Amino acid sequence: MSKRKTERLLGLVVCLLSSRRYLTAEQVRAAVPGYPEQDELFKRMFERDKEDLRELGVPLETGVNHPFDDDPGYRISQQAYQLPELRLEADEAAVLGLAARVWRRAELAGAAAGALLKLRAAGIDADPKGADGGDEHSPVPEGIEPRLGTPEPAFGPLWEAVRDRRPVTFSYRAAGRSDPQRRELEPWGVVNRHGRWYVAGWDRGREAVRVFRLGRIAGPVKFSGPAGRVSVPAGTDVRELVRGRDSAPAQEHTALLRVRAGAGVGLRRHAVSVRADESAPGWDLVTTRFADLGWFADYAASFGPDAVVLDPPDLREAVIRHLKGVLA
Amino acid sequence: MTALVTSTERLQRLLALVPYVMSRKVVGLAETAEAFGISERELVDDLNLLWCVELRAPDPYCPIDLSYEGGEIVVSQAESMGRPLRLAVDEASALLVALRMLAEVPGLEDRSAMSRLIAKLEAAAGEAASVSAQVAVQVDIPDHEAEGYAGQIRAALSARRRVHLRYYVPGRDEATERDVDPMRLLVVEGRPYLEGWCLRAEGMRLFRLDRVLSLDVLDVPSAPPAEAEPVDVDQGLFRPSPDDALVELELSAAGRWVAEYYPCESVTDLEDGRLRVALRTPDTGWVRRLAMRLGEDGRVVSPPSLVAAVREAATAALANYVALPLQAHGPTGGNCGSTRARVHSGREGRLRR
Repeated sequence: MSKRKTERLLGLVVCLLSSRRYLTAEQVRAAVPGYPEQDELFKRMFERDKEDLRELGVPLETGVNHPFDDDPGYRISQQAYQLPELRLEADEAAVLGLAARVWRRAELAGAAAGALLKLRAAGIDADPKGADGGDEHSPVPEGIEPRLGTPEPAFGPLWEAVRDRRPVTFSYRAAGRSDPQRRELEPWGVVNRHGRWYVAGWDRGREAVRVFRLGRIAGPVKFSGPAGRVSVPAGTDVRELVRGRDSAPAQEHTALLRVRAGAGVGLRRHAVSVRADESAPGWDLVTTRFADLGWFADYAASFGPDAVVLDPPDLREAVIRHLKGVLA
Repeated sequence: MTALVTSTERLQRLLALVPYVMSRKVVGLAETAEAFGISERELVDDLNLLWCVELRAPDPYCPIDLSYEGGEIVVSQAESMGRPLRLAVDEASALLVALRMLAEVPGLEDRSAMSRLIAKLEAAAGEAASVSAQVAVQVDIPDHEAEGYAGQIRAALSARRRVHLRYYVPGRDEATERDVDPMRLLVVEGRPYLEGWCLRAEGMRLFRLDRVLSLDVLDVPSAPPAEAEPVDVDQGLFRPSPDDALVELELSAAGRWVAEYYPCESVTDLEDGRLRVALRTPDTGWVRRLAMRLGEDGRVVSPPSLVAAVREAATAALANYVALPLQAHGPTGGNCGSTRARVHSGREGRLRR
């Protein structure tokens, strides 16, 4: 950290905020201490400073005071700079503290902390105990601790891409495929479902809407175009796109299993009916519903010698095949 | 501020510091330092830096005037810096996404504070709020039962009551009975959990609400012992101990989901998209079940005792298909529709062949 640079940037902000007129680079150099004498050095440093301020979200405007002015000038409109007036009720402030903790240690944790700091700077007291981890004193939703993690390394770059509307490329290993494939995507949004992150958007190679699981992205996510190149179609609901991808299919098939008495709790939990098997003492007959034959065959096999599928025959055969596969 | 702070990060803090003090008129050094997460010494450095800012043209002047005599900060002049900077896109999104997720958490009866806060933040953030609509978090509420349990847990938490759980442990395929003193209702990785002191295990435990078979709030006060400390869920829900058994599995491309689903100690790519994973577990029973479930898509490599246990279970399971008679079942509780009857005859046809 350079103290001189901090001082210079602070001076620049105050200077441009206080002026109603656009100030030229020369006027800025005259007003703000810390810029070098040499023109080339000054120019470069001033460019860097403007970029730093824009990255912080400072709304730096460029323009001229008169149509005849040759050099462009700069200013910061107070209206655009200042956080609007905001008053929170006590219960809202308590919820704010809780919300800021959701991202703790995840990708947007720093952004959440930054937001909280600005809101505090606006005079709001957001559950100060909660913000540093003491949870028992949070006045409203006592004992509730929602957490959001971003363990997938792809989250950071994809979030930036969504935010800045930039296309990306990455290599992706689809479920069950052995080789990763190159994808180019116009990302529309990221969604967390069942604790995992997904990105939805327009797949340029496939020319279709696609959803990708971040955990299956292999290697780095690279930007493949400048900001603003992605337009999200009006009415797009990214959440719906991801939900539609893996929503539970209807359980339209019925299975009959013989399950050892006292075992197979998982099978009995969602059973339609359970009754003792009179022809086989020590066994119960369990009727249950399932959606996907392959999935259910794997599941039934996991109960080993405690469950035997009786019906339907294709399920029974699938389980036998599966068990032979275990021994193969 | 022991970590390295960049010039722009410090600038951000300085821009917030002035309005923080101004909106409170007078505020103590210690309190302010705590709010900003810095030492008092660092805060004094910040205040001095602000006070020293000067502009030279058109006329030299110092835009910021402040004092911190007697440990009380007062800003008497701050020009246009009296309000904090607007929320950046990242900042607005972080809060709004978190709030919309909170609004979905089961067991919260009063969601009005959240809706009001969301509306206020959206209004204050303006343009910066729009991107947050492209990030969504869905809290998984498995069914109405789990939603009901969440409500009961909330009630038990505020009345400080013990609860009785029937809880399903899939790794052992067991329904267990336990008394639990609830500590928190957590939502981690999109799923709701009850965290509490389990009297049976004499330890802190997490219970997934979708595995609760039944829940009763008891007329007994909740009394977790003093040593009951919430689990640091940010470190991961499952933290194996080095004393646990090390299990190695080889997975086909179709079995790779195992490495996504379970915390592995090591994951090695093999040819053809196959994986070799190592994980530690105090109870290898669930790995046996997992291997039975994976079939050809996953094979236990070590320890040898577990390899043998899997073979034994699969052999016994196959023997059942030979030994147990098929015909003995009659109507199965009204589920024998005409489709099923056709399926039956089809099977018999095949068996005769």
